[in-house]
Amino acid sequence: MKYRNKNQARNNVQDISAKQANRQTKVAGGDFVDKLHAYRDQHAHALFSSLGRIVAAPFNSIMTISVLAIAISFVSGFYILEVNIQQLAVHIEANNQISLFLRDDVSEAHANKLAESIRKNSNVQNVKLITKEEAATEFQTYSGFGSAINELEKNPLPIVLQVLPKKNLDDMHELEALQKEFQQSPEVDVVQIDLQWIERLQSITNVVKLFANMLSILLGAAVLVIIGNTVRLELHNRREEVVILKLVGATNSFIQRPFLYAGFWIGFISSIFAWFIVTVLMLILRYSVEKLSSLYGGSFHMLFLSLTDTLTLIVVSSLLGVFASWTVISYQMHTTRLKKQKILKV
Amino acid sequence: MINFDSVTMRYPETGDVLRNVSFHLQKGEITFLTGHSGAGKSTLLRLITAMERSSRGRVILDGQDLGLAKEHQLPFIRRKMGVIYQDYKLLYDRTVFDNVALPLVIAGYGHYEVTRRVRAALDKVNLTGKEKKYPLALSGGEQQRVGIARAVVNKPPIIIADEPTGNLDPELSAEIMLLFEQFQQVGVTVLIASHDISLITQLNHRVLKLDHGQLVAS
Repeated sequence: MKYRNKNQARNNVQDISAKQANRQTKVAGGDFVDKLHAYRDQHAHALFSSLGRIVAAPFNSIMTISVLAIAISFVSGFYILEVNIQQLAVHIEANNQISLFLRDDVSEAHANKLAESIRKNSNVQNVKLITKEEAATEFQTYSGFGSAINELEKNPLPIVLQVLPKKNLDDMHELEALQKEFQQSPEVDVVQIDLQWIERLQSITNVVKLFANMLSILLGAAVLVIIGNTVRLELHNRREEVVILKLVGATNSFIQRPFLYAGFWIGFISSIFAWFIVTVLMLILRYSVEKLSSLYGGSFHMLFLSLTDTLTLIVVSSLLGVFASWTVISYQMHTTRLKKQKILKV
Repeated sequence: MINFDSVTMRYPETGDVLRNVSFHLQKGEITFLTGHSGAGKSTLLRLITAMERSSRGRVILDGQDLGLAKEHQLPFIRRKMGVIYQDYKLLYDRTVFDNVALPLVIAGYGHYEVTRRVRAALDKVNLTGKEKKYPLALSGGEQQRVGIARAVVNKPPIIIADEPTGNLDPELSAEIMLLFEQFQQVGVTVLIASHDISLITQLNHRVLKLDHGQLVAS
């Protein structure tokens, strides 16, 4: 190298020696940092190579992941069903009213008087009168048998008094007492407490919930077994590699790492697919459900998986994957070690 | 460095494979291990590489009794030796570079150090420029040399070789032997299991001879 003057050459030499000094301190002080980086690289390599293996064998992976996605979508589907039923129950609970169906021969004026007297009851918050005509219009709009009622000569629907009890009147017994009281008045034909229906609905939903929870546990166990078996097959296919890694001094945790990441990926990808399955199914259902709810005069809005639900779904599935593969790998490592020691002690 | 103290190895199926074998290999010594097939050479190598434990007697490696070593210590014991296998034992889905880098990656070396050492090791076995090839694209002799590069890349104090020249022509064999002698000069203990009588007699090193599980010459 030619330098235009001595000064430049000196500068360059200083530069090089500074660089060397820099490198030396890096080596001396960077040992721990180097190891840390190498450890991080090992993890990154295991993470991406295990994903690479899944992608490299798409047919096997798609089969496994589909089965898992369906199982996981069942579990999250049950969950979102429960959430929606819960919301429905809360929705209905808001109006725990008592309906009084009046006798056919009671006139509207008489009914108004009765409503007035009931309104004075200390346990009653409000009374709403539904006339025969109003009832007929409502029936025509919502029941789907609108034309049928026009065929009839006389409106068969009775006058209804909708009684809303005081808010603090949650107790079933007090409501029943109120029901008996109303029953005694001669104008009243039938008294119906809507809350009874809510209670029935709730006990039905409790049974459904219990069933869904039990099924979810079974499906969760199935997910564990499927992931475990997939990882076991993978380990079986790669046992040559495992032996070689052992021969060149790999620790068990180094050998296990790619398999644990494989379990993670399978759980992770399956949960994403499961999310799509649930969301698409719910989008298909939404129109019908909301139409059905409008038929009952409700404004029911279907709840989808929230962000928290989605994150929980993904994290739990991924962890299940890691746990399943960890269990299988530790077991397999243990048994292979024992097999090798079939030696007679003399 | 490697010390066998009346080692016996007995399998339930085949009986005694090694009987009362004792020898001592000094640091920086090249030794040949020879004998007919089935004489117990492979078993002896498996004992040194801690793949198996002896039925009786002690195997001491660098002052450590392998019979007493805990399971979790074994990987670190294996890192003290580079082992060359007759069937190469390469990973066929990884490149030559990745195969040679394996011991370094396992030991947790940084990227820079790994690259530098792998290049040096490949250079030593005349495989420069083949880093990106896959083992199946190489000849038997070249695969053998990848195995040798992997064994020496970590600069281990002990090198164990099982028929390292089995697939090499005489010229290359001589080169590899020269390589082993270079390692010996920097204090590496080398144990070579070999059938190749001409190679053994040509070079003037210690010879351990096994016959039906017993050491008949050392």
